[in-house]
Amino acid sequence: MNAPNDFRPLDDTDRRIIQATQAGLPLTARPYHAVAEQLGMEAEDVMQRMQRMLDLGIIRRIGAVPNHYALGYRANGMTVWDVADDRIDEFGEQVGQLPFVTHCYQRPRHLPGWPYNLFAMVHGKTREEVEAKTRLIADVLGEASRACDILYSSRILKKTGLRISA
Amino acid sequence: MDDLDRALINTLQGGFPICESPYAEVADRVGSDETSVIARIESLLQRGLLSRFGPMYHAAEMGGALSLAAMEIRPEDYERVTDIVNNQPEVAHNYERNHRLNMWFVLATETPDAQQATITRIERETGYAVYNMPKIREYFVGLKLHV
Repeated sequence: MNAPNDFRPLDDTDRRIIQATQAGLPLTARPYHAVAEQLGMEAEDVMQRMQRMLDLGIIRRIGAVPNHYALGYRANGMTVWDVADDRIDEFGEQVGQLPFVTHCYQRPRHLPGWPYNLFAMVHGKTREEVEAKTRLIADVLGEASRACDILYSSRILKKTGLRISA
Repeated sequence: MDDLDRALINTLQGGFPICESPYAEVADRVGSDETSVIARIESLLQRGLLSRFGPMYHAAEMGGALSLAAMEIRPEDYERVTDIVNNQPEVAHNYERNHRLNMWFVLATETPDAQQATITRIERETGYAVYNMPKIREYFVGLKLHV
């Protein structure tokens, strides 16, 4: 196999399937057959290709994305932490395991103004709940965390799905 | 929300099957029938309790690039800069946040080069610096919102 960066696992047919399904899967009894019909393909071929993309991680998963806000989780805090570089993987894994953390990433610092390198998204029904959960993260990190902050979104300025073109 | 709403929200965060009649399979899991499951997913989407349903594609695995970027905007320039940033098709999400860095957006591009080009364009058009924070590593999280 080539180096990961040279590996191009998608052909034109895969890309047509992606374009046909990235906005959602048809809500009909045989959704993969509906996609196949739309694209002039065999349903078996669509299902095999989607299974392959799932196995390769090109599709993260097939399913539903809950709208946290509509479900009552209105206080969504982006918690950010300054963690020693040599321990960040160990702690990142632990923070990701916490049941209320929905995204957890290591990102670059921008010194001097932005010392934070670990991001963990925390959803709660109130800010008090987010702050209580943030204290649980602080407990996990202990002295490995040198500084932290919570950023709340005050306004959605734009929200569109991710799209690729042909 | 009733029991079927909750059962579907909980179960659909996991793997939706790839087979001829996947809604019938989900119906078995939640103790319902195929027609009701399809109608209810449609209703959950219409009511906005689900924001989408289908395959989640991984931008980086498709050769694209995804990043989070932030800017520090003076209040008097905020609306002007919002218009410029939102006008970039590469900007998927954009949030105002309560911090000195008060604008945070997600950039989705077909290539890493396009990501840098978009950032350069935003900096030139707005006159503000963009702090690019592409992920270095993603730590595993489960799918676990339980309603």
